[in-house]
Amino acid sequence: MIFSDLLFDYTLRNVALGSALLGIVSGVLGSFAVLRKQGLLGDALSHAALPGICLAFLLTGTRAILVLLLGAAITGWIGALLLIRIVRDTRIDEDAALGIVLSTFFGFGIVLLTFISKRNDANQAGLDRYLFGQAAALREENVVTMAILGAVALCVVFLFYKEFKLATFDPEFAASLGFATGRLNVLLTSLIVIAVVIGLQTVGVVLMAAMLVGPAVAARQWTDRLGVMLLLSSFFGATAGVAGAMVSVTQARLPTGPMVILSLTLIVVVSILFAPRHGLIVDRVRRWRLAGARS
Amino acid sequence: MTTSDLIVVGTGVLIASACALLGVFLVLRRMAMMADAISHAILPGIVVGYWLAHGPDLLSGFLGAAAAGIICVAAVEALQSSRRVGGQAAIGIVFPAMFAFGTFLVSRFFADVHLDTDAVLYGNIEFAAQDYLVVGGTVFGPQPLYVMGAMLLMNLLFVGIFFKELKIATFDPGLAAALGFSPVAIHYALMTVMSITTVGAFSAVGAILVVALMIVPAATAYLLTDRLSTMIGLAVLAGALSAITGFVLAVALNASVAGAIASMTGVYFGLALLFSPLHGLVARARRLRRQQLRLAAESLVIHLANHEGDEAESAVAHLSEELRWSADFAQRAVRTAERQGLIERQGSHLILTASGRSAVRTLRST
Repeated sequence: MIFSDLLFDYTLRNVALGSALLGIVSGVLGSFAVLRKQGLLGDALSHAALPGICLAFLLTGTRAILVLLLGAAITGWIGALLLIRIVRDTRIDEDAALGIVLSTFFGFGIVLLTFISKRNDANQAGLDRYLFGQAAALREENVVTMAILGAVALCVVFLFYKEFKLATFDPEFAASLGFATGRLNVLLTSLIVIAVVIGLQTVGVVLMAAMLVGPAVAARQWTDRLGVMLLLSSFFGATAGVAGAMVSVTQARLPTGPMVILSLTLIVVVSILFAPRHGLIVDRVRRWRLAGARS
Repeated sequence: MTTSDLIVVGTGVLIASACALLGVFLVLRRMAMMADAISHAILPGIVVGYWLAHGPDLLSGFLGAAAAGIICVAAVEALQSSRRVGGQAAIGIVFPAMFAFGTFLVSRFFADVHLDTDAVLYGNIEFAAQDYLVVGGTVFGPQPLYVMGAMLLMNLLFVGIFFKELKIATFDPGLAAALGFSPVAIHYALMTVMSITTVGAFSAVGAILVVALMIVPAATAYLLTDRLSTMIGLAVLAGALSAITGFVLAVALNASVAGAIASMTGVYFGLALLFSPLHGLVARARRLRRQQLRLAAESLVIHLANHEGDEAESAVAHLSEELRWSADFAQRAVRTAERQGLIERQGSHLILTASGRSAVRTLRST
């Protein structure tokens, strides 16, 4: 029943495809972010996207999704470059720099958002759904846009896989081999901006951070190999995305973002507890047996 | 400015000062994102408090939120110490989960009442003047002023009493432990005071402004001074200034006050980032440039000393070729060396002065 709905119901099909796409892309890119110990990068970048959405609307007057997402990508990217610059050229550490970019860009976004909504512009309705996401509003052309963006991001990861891997696990060695690690860093950060942009409609800016962290952390518990981790991570991301979006679309009054993140949290908790090699419970049992064997 | 405007600005200044006091230590201890985590994580606590008290109630909201804040800190620490999840990722798992749960509760059960999800993000400081503190039927004036005044007082006392301990534990945890007070105890004390402040500020300004006011003014001050006490003063000043100018901006645009205050903290940070005489980008670039020119002047005198008496080598035009400098940079290097009295111009040629020769001797001997 649900399965045939997935295939034939227009809304449900778009929602499922869109959130699966989001899960796959953010699963892959989030893995690199988490392994590079930049788990909160996505948090700053997604918040930095909000003023871009509003500015794009103010400047063009359209709600065309491509225009809004372009605006989001531009301010997200500016936020990312600012972040890299602050960390590199001042004594402010990464934590504070993330907080600065996140809160000031988002604050500015809120100023624009409230400014727009108080102008009584009939066209404005709906910008605030980018805060918490609203998968039910996904249309076919949105999904196509997301698919193209996602495909571009995944292709770049595929092309630079070796470089990313090396720069992730051994940046000094990568630099000594002559890789431009600074430029790889900017490239990877830009790809994360794309993942954020894909997630804006479905999950929203506020909770997008978790979409980049959760799948990667869950996948990390099950494997020690990067390739496997990327596959698992995108699978977990897609599963959480589809499950959360379905609940939100079929139940009244449930924003999509929080539902996706709650599904994801479930996957993370199960993984941390029960994964066969690193899981906490397995670990406890192993230690208990070891202690038993010794005595 | 009306009275109610003054109350809103006053509340803003109180929140900004209370947050900046603690923010200084968060920034110095490199744990700024805990402010972000706690400010989001307290939402389910507030909702549960609301539900238990059957409506908005200061005390139950407060207790619920404080409990949620502590759960968040403990969960992050547990994940980090389980070694399954790294530092930032642990934060990135815990607070979105708690915040998502909070928004789920709000939208599922309280969608049509006083709580709404937008207020969670950017508060409603605009209504600070309409929110009266009533005790036993007597009206005591605007409640947010009392709440935030108490927060500020608490933080002033905390920082004032434990200033030395905080200072040593922040800059030299080893020394702190050796002197007999545990850096861990200081850490938890700071987290607790921060949770309470966040809860107090949350209802007025929402999650995001709390983060902005904790981190950004403190970071601004960090770029301006190397002294802790000065840094605290500057952070409070930057926060208060953001509150005042942010309010003016919000009124002008008819937009969210909290958002405008957060934006203004960013503006002051941007100014400090560019123009701080100590750690600003412009000063830094100028310092690098000066260093470059000083080095260039040194290579210049060495070059002249190596080729003394050789007319062709000492021509200004020859320098850019020989030392691979651009014509412009060569001119500036020559001017720098001239200013330092190391060389003199003789027609189109350069010769070493007496102090230039002694500089060469020093450079060669090192």
